[in-house]
This record gives sequence, structure tokens and C-alpha cells, in this order.
Amino acid sequence: MNSNHTRNPGMPLDLDWVAGAHVNKSAVERRVASLPLRRTVKKDWQAAWLLRAVTCIDLTTLSGDDTPGRVKRLCAKARQPIRPDMLSRLGLDGEKITVGAVCVYPNRVADAVQALRGTDIPVASVATGFPAGQTPLPQRIAEIEQAIESGAREIDVVISRNHVLTGDWQAMYDELKLFRQTCGEAAHMKTILATGDLGTLKQVYQASLVAMMAGSDFIKTSTGKEPVNATLEVSLVMVRAIREYLERTGYEVGFKPAGGIGKAKEALAWQSLMKEELGDEWLMPGLFRFGASSLLTDLERQLYHYLTGHYAAKHHMPMG
Amino acid sequence: MTTLLDLFKTMDYGPAPESPSAVNAWLDEHGRKFGLFINNQWVTPKDAKYYPSLDPSSGETLAETTQAGKPEVDAAVAAARAAFETWSRTPGVVRARYLYAIARNIQKHHRLLAVLESMDNGKPIRESRDIDVPLLARHFFYYAGWAQLMETELRDYQPVGVVGQIIPWNFPLLMLAWKIAPAIAMGNTVVLKPASYTRLSALLFAEIVAEAGLPPGVVNVITGSSQAGSMLVEHPDVDKVAFTGSTDVGRILRRQTAGSGKKLSLELGGKSPFVVFEDADLDGAVEGVVDAIWFNQGQVCCAGSRLLVQENVAEKFIRKLKARMEHMRVGDPLDKAIDMGAIVDKSQWETVDGWVKTGISEGGDAFQPDIRLPEKGLFYKPTLITGLDPAAATVQEEIFGPVLVSLTFRTPAEAVELANNTRYGLAASVWSDNVNLALDVASRIKAGSVWVNCTNLFDGASGFGGYRESGFGREGGKEGLFEYVRPGWMARPRPDFGLDTAKNTPTRPTWGEHVPTRPAMPGTAHTNGHELPRVDRTPKMYVGGRQVRPDGAYTLTVLGAKGKIVGQVGDGNRKDIRNAVEAAHAAHLSKPGWAMRHGYNRSQILYFIAENLDARNAEFAKRIVEMTGRTQKSAQAEVDASVERLFSYAAWADKFGGTVQETTLRGVTVGVNEPVGVIGIACPDEFPLLGFVSLMAPAIARGNTVVMIPSQKHPLSATDFYQVLDTSDVPGGVVNIVTGDRDHLTKTLVQHEDVDAVWYFGTAEGSYHVEFESAANMKRTWVGYGLPRDWMSREQGEGHEFLHEATQVKNIWVPTGE
Repeated sequence: MNSNHTRNPGMPLDLDWVAGAHVNKSAVERRVASLPLRRTVKKDWQAAWLLRAVTCIDLTTLSGDDTPGRVKRLCAKARQPIRPDMLSRLGLDGEKITVGAVCVYPNRVADAVQALRGTDIPVASVATGFPAGQTPLPQRIAEIEQAIESGAREIDVVISRNHVLTGDWQAMYDELKLFRQTCGEAAHMKTILATGDLGTLKQVYQASLVAMMAGSDFIKTSTGKEPVNATLEVSLVMVRAIREYLERTGYEVGFKPAGGIGKAKEALAWQSLMKEELGDEWLMPGLFRFGASSLLTDLERQLYHYLTGHYAAKHHMPMG
Repeated sequence: MTTLLDLFKTMDYGPAPESPSAVNAWLDEHGRKFGLFINNQWVTPKDAKYYPSLDPSSGETLAETTQAGKPEVDAAVAAARAAFETWSRTPGVVRARYLYAIARNIQKHHRLLAVLESMDNGKPIRESRDIDVPLLARHFFYYAGWAQLMETELRDYQPVGVVGQIIPWNFPLLMLAWKIAPAIAMGNTVVLKPASYTRLSALLFAEIVAEAGLPPGVVNVITGSSQAGSMLVEHPDVDKVAFTGSTDVGRILRRQTAGSGKKLSLELGGKSPFVVFEDADLDGAVEGVVDAIWFNQGQVCCAGSRLLVQENVAEKFIRKLKARMEHMRVGDPLDKAIDMGAIVDKSQWETVDGWVKTGISEGGDAFQPDIRLPEKGLFYKPTLITGLDPAAATVQEEIFGPVLVSLTFRTPAEAVELANNTRYGLAASVWSDNVNLALDVASRIKAGSVWVNCTNLFDGASGFGGYRESGFGREGGKEGLFEYVRPGWMARPRPDFGLDTAKNTPTRPTWGEHVPTRPAMPGTAHTNGHELPRVDRTPKMYVGGRQVRPDGAYTLTVLGAKGKIVGQVGDGNRKDIRNAVEAAHAAHLSKPGWAMRHGYNRSQILYFIAENLDARNAEFAKRIVEMTGRTQKSAQAEVDASVERLFSYAAWADKFGGTVQETTLRGVTVGVNEPVGVIGIACPDEFPLLGFVSLMAPAIARGNTVVMIPSQKHPLSATDFYQVLDTSDVPGGVVNIVTGDRDHLTKTLVQHEDVDAVWYFGTAEGSYHVEFESAANMKRTWVGYGLPRDWMSREQGEGHEFLHEATQVKNIWVPTGE
């Protein structure tokens, strides 16, 4: 994350603020439907935006069959997400173009740290009983500690959805506060709301506020394992909560949509959303990440098309 | 030079232009010069005068179009008339095929239409592509359906004839669809005149219609100045005029067509409120404002141009709004990534700018975001003016540009009051997450479209049109059909009353003047001094549920069939009308107001009236015989029919509330048949009781309050009737009766600016004056043109036509989802 950025220290839980939230679903849907039609980038601008999207990817593997070898391959792609010949033709030879982070399970953190040695690419680890969060609190805390010990600089924690669904904001706050204390100065905390498990957009907004009050550095939509993952609707709601939090507290909190974003065109829509609703700072990896894996290949293919005018074959892009 | 690396760092937007090549090819094919589209052919008059159509974003001339003169207007109307003979007899299912073909062809030429529209008008390609043209197709699909169903679903109706349609420049294609689709679906033929600034898309549409195979003459497009528009409006062979545009021009058209028997629908201006309550999703509402006032550069008749925010969230809301404005992009209409394009014409740009200056001079605080505009072209920044009060002209008058004024309110009641504090009533937007509040406010705002937690939504299945000075008539939905049909029994009215056609003024300008009456001496043969004289019983006026003496204390003698004095009534004057109108308004304000009562309650009262009338059956029949000299049998039949009519409207009192409109909205769109308000009704002379009842009953059944002017010749049935009203639980002020000189009283009524509609069943000349004078506040009128109507028949004397006149449709859009 960028160094001159002041981390969100959190604030006391403000239940009145949480209770006073209003989110109108149809208004959200309308904004989300019209935004990608109101904003588009073409040609050079599009290439620049796609490249910027590459740098915002948390290149992720979160599977039962992850091995050290698989993680090593992913990290190699993270170091060099765009083919060098293409980068050169883009006029970006000297630029260090890497993804934003590599995101793995706690057991794979050490592999990733090893594979990324010599780069600035942070390793992010999911934790706290990812993806369901249904393990006892001490274990969840221990997971954070162990991931940090293995070298993770970012921790993607999951919330206990039951606290949101029952409206127990205090419990949610207290738990996240503990997680945040555990992360300490060693790691930034990204809080996964698992919006696909939540009932309403209003709950998404309220959970976003509580997560930020508890000191999250990022709020993140999904684990990728819920039935519905990142959508523009929940993203808009979360991003507006970030804006509201910024207005009231002065602290900038990052945003990470995750799960299901596989196409360059979708990435551009999210970028427009960030630029329009929050501003240009939220286009940079310090405050914006895509939790994705296949997205990178599509971005690379679109950049290839920009350079050559030819539609690219997937198998021409090196695998991650 | 900007490198990719620079862009990578700045993350700016770049140009994203839509190609104009297909449009340019089309314009070139026509030599950038267009004739008039008559009988499916391009017609170029000899010595044609041309007028340039400009691209407002560059000022360049796109093409020249013809200025139609009198011969061309005549030719177009003649073509439409000739086509009407066959088109009106073409089965609905066949007409449906043609409308369907047009709709499909619109889809096939979607992009061409959209690009041309943006080039000619200056609107963003995003809007023409995603809103205007899809809605254009939607309207033809929707009305293809009504053509298909007309013979079964509107079997009591016939087409009107040749329709002259004049449309504005803000939505050239969409307005054309709203006009043409229902008209030709119902079997009418059309002469359409597009606005001078934006003529080209209508000409392209004409070619698309021809391509679809529509028979020649059904749709004709003539271009020309406002004089050509006047020629069309005044053409004797035009049977209906439909207009969308400014209220000022609407007034002129109302006067031009007065007394002619032409149907008229007007969709006029607005200053629509956008109401934000403290419990609204404020971020959502901010986007709503963007859609409300910066859609089409604010050049939208229903633009939400008056922002009303609850005081306790106003500061926050305005802060959010200003931040949002900084993200607006204004530029080349063909750029796919802009929010606003160019203002249509230089004069319009200057008007808008003038209003902003006025707003500042009135003490307003004008805010414009720090954004870049293109160096040339008619661009204007989105503008917000805060700090003004309702007294400011900038708050009251329509600006028709990207300028929003904002006010605050404290309570829901005050929000409604401010929302309704306008001469207009086209649309409103209400934002609250409390469904009770939002729907209550939606029902109280006087406007034809109310959008709850949304704004500027349109669909073929929902009617659009105004209350008050925003006009009358609806476009869209089933309700939109009634502008293009007339009852099957009714011939096109061609009233004759000595109109000076050159000046369009009646030859007798003294209409409605009245000298109060004097005593009438009875013939000496009728008195012998020995008979016991009748007890003098002179009915009074009936105002606010009380019998009151006429203000002027003059008396009108009522003569029977053979010149015998049968009674006397008050000779009403202006002040009696004034008092009656006030009483009629008060009946809306009392709790519960007449309109707020449920239909069940109103129906009970109508049944009660019928019951009490029937109880005095013989007396009423006797009175009719006495006044008219008709037979006992005929008089009895009239009383019986009156009782039956009251039963009919007791039935209708809870069966005409409206419909759920099948729009594309997820949620509900409800078309509510609201009462018109206070209706002044001048009754026919024939059928002194039945005429009165036939007009009063539908009006009050649907929640209006009325000022009745009974038959001038035979007023006693009506004055007898107030005792029936008194004994039937009719709340005071719902029905008010003012006797006297019909035209004198009508004149005051129609000039009264707080009367919402006037129905007049007097003379042809009186009908002219009613329609002419109604232009003052654009009240709705319904006149008989002095033509006979068979009040005894159910077909002519009751039913849908009456209910239609007694209501105005409000469409409330409520999206759902949590």
C-alpha cells in the first residue's frame, strides 16, 4: 500500500449512524445500470486503464488443491503480468508493472513470500475461518497471527455473517476490532463482508460502516465462495459507505470487489464506478484491488488487441 | 504528446466518439436538401424556401429543409383526408401489422436514428441510443397492440379524422412517437410538423415509415415555420390538434381552435418538484437529481427543476450534490462518455443564461462545477441555484435548461404545499424510504406523473400529461387513446355561429353580458282577485349546503310553456359564482374532503339522492310539465331516467379508480383516475332535470365538487333538487347551484382561475367563448357546441365519456426491492 497513506484507525461504534442508514435498491440499480453507459474509455485511454487494472489485481488462488508449485507459478505471473514484448510495445519498458498482491490461504503464505522475494509485491492471506468464519474465535485470531508470522502483509478477514443478520453490530464491531489489533502494524486488514450471504443492500451499507469503524483498511465484497459474489450493486453501496466515512472521519478506506470478475470490460465498469463515486485515488492499488485470477488473462488479451488490432488467443498469454 | 504512461498515471477519460458516417451518407444522398413528405413521396414546392438545420455542438449546417406554405399544408391535409377514407375502415388487425412493421423498422435503424437525433438536437448519444429510440419503438409496439384490440376493447368509439400534430425540439423522435402511434393505431391519419430546430429525424422517420409499407397519406411530415403550424391548426379539414411545447403557445392554440369542434390535446411546460425527505437514500436521490434536471441538458418539460429538501438534511444533500456535479462531463453529443451535450440553439442558450443571471440578481447563490466545456458550441454547465424563495421568478418560471433551484421545507405538509405552489402540474419526484410517507405525498401532489424514488421514467404503457397549466390529455397508455377517438354516435362537430374566420373572433363580442332582470307582469287573464294566490316560493341559490339569496338581489322570472309565469329564481352574478367556487373548494378541504372519501361512501350518497328523488317523483314530473309543456308521460320518463342515472353513477363511484399499468418498471405503476377538482357545469336547456343530473352525478361520483348553472329556461327542477340534496347527506359545498343568465355566469366561471374545468352545454357561440377563455389558466373544457345530444339514451347521456371528463389520470411509479 502507498506509504504516505494514513491508515484508518477506526472509531468508537456509532450505532445511531448505523441505524440511520438508507439504501434504496432501485435507485442503486438504476445508477449501476446507467454508469457503464455513461462512461467508457477507448483506444490509448482504454489501454492505460487496462494496464492500471492489472496493477490493482490481488492475484488469487484459494483452492483445496493449491500446492507450493501452483503458488510459485502464480507468483511468477504476479511479477510479470504482461508479456515483456507487449510491455515494450506499450512504451513501458522501464516501468515496474506488477499486480497489486498475491492472495493465498494461510498455509501457502510462506510459499508465496518465498516466490516473491526481491519484489515489493505483498502477500495477502485470507484468515479467520475463511470462507464461512464459523470457527471458534481463538482459532480465527491464531490464523491471523500465523499468517503474519509467515510473512503476510495483508490479511483478508471474514466477518461473522450471523452478527449482521441478527443486527448485533456490537458483536461484529468487537470481533473486527480484535482482528484489527491482531493485525497491528504488521499487516493491513481487508474485511470481507460476504455480501452474497447478507439479506439487503442496507445491511451491506451498515456492515460496511461497522467494518470501517472497527479499523478496516479495506472493505471487500466476497470470499468468492458465496452464491453471488462481487456485483456492481453491492460495490456501489460499499463505495458510498466509504465516501460517507471519509466525509465524517477524514480517513480513506480501500475497496476490493472479489469473485466473478473475469472480463476486462467488467474491470473498466468497476474503475468508472471508483472514479465517479470516490475519485482518482481509488483507481490506484493503495485503495483499490480486484480479487481475481482469470481477469488478468483477459486484460492481457485486450492489451494485445490494442497493440495489434487482432483478437488474441488465450493460449498465447502465459499462464499464472 | 501524451504518452500511454501519462494516461496510466492520470487515469483521465479520453474521447469516445460515435461515428457520424452513416448519417452523413444519408444526408449526402439527399443532397443535404429535403422536401416535404406527403403521400409517401418527397415533394418540393416550386420556389421553395429553405431553412437550415444546425448541429448545435459545432454550429455547422447539417442540411436544408423546406418551409411549407399554404399550398403545401393544404396538400398534406388533403393527402391525409384521402387516406383517412380507407385507413379508418382498415381493420384494426391490419393496422396493427403496419404499426408492428414500423416498430420493427425503428429497431433495424436504431443507431442511424440515434446518431441523427444527437447531431441535430445536441443530446448525448447515450440518451438518444438508450432512451429516445428504444422508447420510440416501444410506443409503436404498444399501440400496435391497441390497433389489434380496438374493435373489441373500444367498440363504442370511432377515429377522429385528420390529426394535425406539432411537436417540440427537445425529443423530436420520442414526441413524434407519442403523437403518431396512438393516432394511426385508432385509424386516424396524420400531418406532423416537427420543430424548426430539429427537423431531420422526423424526415428520416418518414422514410422508415414508407419502407414499412404504410399506405400513402397516413403519415405526412411537413417542415415549416410557426406560420405553417398555424395553417395546419386552423385548417378546416383538420379534426384534431395535438401539441407539445410551451404553455404560451398552448394558450394560442387553445384560442385558435376555440369553438371549431376540433379536439385538442396539449402537453405543455412544467416546473416539477423533486422532493427529498430526511429518510431518503440521499446518495440515490443525488443521482435522481442528475436524471431529473441534467437529462437532455434540462430541456425536458417534466424536468425536476425545483429541488425541495427537508431542512435537517438540506446542507448535507446540497454538499453531496455539488460534489456529484464536479463529476459531470459536458461535451460532444456524439461522445459516448458525456452526461450533457449542447443546448439546442443559441437563443435558448441565451435564455438559460439570462435565467441564471436573474436568479443571482434575485439573491440566489449560483453554483457551477469546475469542469471543462468544449471551446466552441452551445454548451452550458450544470447549474444549481440555492438561497432563493418561492417569490423569486427563477423559482416559479420554467427555465428549460440545466438549471436547478433549491428550497427547503420542514414538514411533509409543507413539502406538499411547496410542491403544489406552481401554475404547472406535469410531474413530481418524491424520495423517501418510508412507503407511507412517499405514497401519501404522491397522492397529494397535483401532477400527471409522480415518480417515487425514481425520476423521468417513461413507457408506452403509462400515460403522460399535465394537470393545471401543464395542459390536458394524456399520451401513452390506454388513457392516451381517448385523445384520438370520439364516441361512435357522434359526428365531427361543425358548429356554426358566425365566426369571423379572418380574425377568428366571433361576430358578437358581447357574449356573457347581462343586465339584471326586472319584474315581469303576468297577463291579466290569469288573475281574478278572488282565487287564493299561491304562497310565494322563490328558490334561492344553493351554496355551501345552504340556501342563500342572490348577491345582487335581482330576480329572474321563469316562464312556462305558454308564457305563463311558473316561478322565479335568483338572478346570479359574478359574486354568486365566486362564493360558489369557494364553497366547492372548501368541500375539498373539509375533513374528510369529498375527493378523499372512499368510493363506497360517495356511492351511498348517490343512492340516497336517487332514493329521495324517486320519493318525490310525481312532484318533479309535474314541475317539468309545468315548465316545458311536455306530456306527463315524457316528464315522468325524464324523472325515471334521472333516478336511473343516479344509480349508474352510484355504481361507477367505486369502479373507475384506475389501473395497474404494465410498464417496464420492476414494481408498480398505478394509473389513478383522480378527480379534476372544482368543475363548473352549465346545463343544457332541454331536459331540465335529466341534463342536470347527467352532468352532476358523474362529476361528484368521481370526487369532484361542482358549481351547477341549471337550464336558464327551466331552472326550477334544479332548484327543487337542492332539497333532495339537503336530505341525502351530501356534504355542503359538493354541489352548488347558481341560477341566472347561463352565459353571464359561465363567463365568470370560465375566467375564474381557481376552477379546474368547465363543462358547457349551451350554444355554439357559448362553446367558442368557453374554449377561448379557458386558455387563461388552461382549464379543461367539455362543450356541446350547441349540438343536440339525446340525454335520454344511455349511449349518449352517460358512461365512459362522462367519467373520462370527470377524471384526470395520475401515474404513480413505485419501484420495489429492498
